[in-house]
Amino acid sequence: MKHIPWIILALIGAACLAVLATVRGEQINALWIVVAAVSTFLVAYRYYALFIAQYVMKLDGRRATPAHYRGDGMDYVPTDRRVLFGHHFAAIAGAGPLVGPVLAAQMGYLPGTLWIIAGVVVAGAVQDFMVLFISMRRDGKSLGELVRMEMGAVAGTIALAGAFLIMVIILAVLALIVVRALAESPWGMFTVAATIPLALMMGAYTRWIRPGRVGEVSILGFVGLIAAIVYGQAVAASPFWGPLFTFTPEQLCWILISYGALASLLPVWLLLAPRDYLSTFLKIGAITALAVGIVIMAPPLRMPPLTQFIGGGGPAWSGGLFPFLFITIACGAVSGFHALIASGTTPKLIAAETDAPFIGYGAMLMEAFVAIMALVGASILDPGIYFAMNSPAAVLGTDAVSAAHAVTAMGFPVSADLLVQTARDVGEHTIVSRTGGAPTLAVAMAEIFSHVAGGSAMKAFWYHFAILFEALFILTAVDAGTRAGRFMLQDLIGLAVPSFRAGTSFLPGVVATGLCVASWGFFLYQGVTDPLGGVNTLWPVFGISNQMLAAVALMLSTVVLFRMKQQRFAWVTVVPTVWLLICTLSAGTLKLLSSDPTVGFLAHANKFADAVSAGQVLAPAKSMEQMEAIVFNDRVDAGLCVLFLFVVISLMGFTARTCLAALREDRPTVNETPAQMVPAE
Amino acid sequence: MSGFFKRLRETARLMVGQPPYEVYLAHMAKHHPDAAPLNRVAFFRNRENARFSGAGGGKCC
Repeated sequence: MKHIPWIILALIGAACLAVLATVRGEQINALWIVVAAVSTFLVAYRYYALFIAQYVMKLDGRRATPAHYRGDGMDYVPTDRRVLFGHHFAAIAGAGPLVGPVLAAQMGYLPGTLWIIAGVVVAGAVQDFMVLFISMRRDGKSLGELVRMEMGAVAGTIALAGAFLIMVIILAVLALIVVRALAESPWGMFTVAATIPLALMMGAYTRWIRPGRVGEVSILGFVGLIAAIVYGQAVAASPFWGPLFTFTPEQLCWILISYGALASLLPVWLLLAPRDYLSTFLKIGAITALAVGIVIMAPPLRMPPLTQFIGGGGPAWSGGLFPFLFITIACGAVSGFHALIASGTTPKLIAAETDAPFIGYGAMLMEAFVAIMALVGASILDPGIYFAMNSPAAVLGTDAVSAAHAVTAMGFPVSADLLVQTARDVGEHTIVSRTGGAPTLAVAMAEIFSHVAGGSAMKAFWYHFAILFEALFILTAVDAGTRAGRFMLQDLIGLAVPSFRAGTSFLPGVVATGLCVASWGFFLYQGVTDPLGGVNTLWPVFGISNQMLAAVALMLSTVVLFRMKQQRFAWVTVVPTVWLLICTLSAGTLKLLSSDPTVGFLAHANKFADAVSAGQVLAPAKSMEQMEAIVFNDRVDAGLCVLFLFVVISLMGFTARTCLAALREDRPTVNETPAQMVPAE
Repeated sequence: MSGFFKRLRETARLMVGQPPYEVYLAHMAKHHPDAAPLNRVAFFRNRENARFSGAGGGKCC
């Protein structure tokens, strides 16, 4: 009897999916996607997550968690599961689930929707949940340590080095999104710049005036933010201040690099912590508002379910549906980076083992819901506007007329007047070729929010609110990520040179910070100067690396299941592992070896190198130096792909070896912390 | 209702890396009655530093 409501829910979800999959030729409502996703997620949570908890992991509510047996009131604190859910969700959700689905919309809304729904249920949420479980049974250790414990020291070091490389790529691609959103936008630039003095004032407030009052200082900061958005319009319009806040992408790139280096060396209370408050609360608030807004507005989807770009040749990113859709939407469907979070603070705060499905599996479902909303946002826009914003300038030319012409030629009729009018509505000079996903999402959010509050007069305000919200938490991630990358690097170099470890002295910290900033700065600069807009090149590399980390985390989970002697359930992790390996290995190989220069790095490098030796300058390069830079960048990117492939293939070897060794044993060989029971209260 | 708002506040603070001070005090009173616990401000600073000084970083993409 208790199953009846769930069966009904499953039928509703299936019906919505059937409608989505079959309706052609007419616009359907976005709520079909939302309802399909939500009912699938609830059913998956009720049955699949609990199946994994009870039969695969055999969670035991009486077994003490690290929060109990190591409890210290600081790092290890038994926490209410609802409170911990919020903490974990805030840590995993960032720009990834917002940007990937927006980019994926170039193939229509259907492929992205299906991949997010299926991917999270079978792969993403399983990975987060498994890693949380593994870490929770091992004192809350981190991913690198877990791989080392279960698969050996060499595997652990390879995983750690891979994680650092991924961090570098993530920081570069996030910074690139900010550059693309703020370039030539004095209004956006002013509001984001205003957050720095605002954060400094907030830092001073929590340091000297009212220490520890997070709520108060956040409200003050929020008022300041709104004032900055309102006042930004006047700043942008002013003949004196407007040009002062107008930067080219290249200038912004250098600003961000110097900012990243400075910010990660400053004391955390001064800039990072207060901005963290603003960005975290704004992020949660904006995501909630977006969900409410979509339900109230119930917009129709104007993007077709499938576009002609499923075969490849799309303007936002190159490559066909398989394998590139599955790496373009990483966060939201499955994100390897979450393995670092699920083995971070969360396992140290879990109060009972039986809370793990809600937190590990549940929070990831929530992130997939965010990704679904981003996909809906991109799909409610006029496809003409979508492609005018997301195609590189090399395709569109630079003004509204040439862009409207190019997009209409793609098969998405749009008038130059509409492009000009849309830019005016959101208070920008132009929306042509605002790649990176963030501006597109901001236009969609402005559409939704202004429908609910303020009407079209408020569109410009909501657009800049959305840009601020995205830029703010991306910048916070860039600072925090640079710091984290610095510590990762110190750990790594510390393996060879022990005096380089964190806490030994000041100099290694500065050197490691410099190395970290230089690494992501290199890829950022490459992306900014890339005539195809950079996102085109960097996002696939990011997607491949992120999915490869996910494959590594799932391989670790498989090893643990074998060593627990639970190999008959190993399909739970083997199925998503195999899928991710197929996607990432084929995408990585294509990026490396494809003979199509728009896809393969080496083919592109060869094309330009041949031209260089023939003394020709190929568009979009304008000089011989640019030609050589393109060749060099392509080869660096190809080298990076080789490194990622090496990480994954070598860890595959370690996984197979460890699983076979575990099969030969007749008893469990896992290195869990011995079970202790929670004393009865 | 007050339970709900208390939890909401606790969630918001934990999102930015601040666990409840009262729980820490209770832990110290129970397990380390001889040691002097950090005061509220020192506890806040300690957690603030801990959040951003490890390879965890606490943030995702």
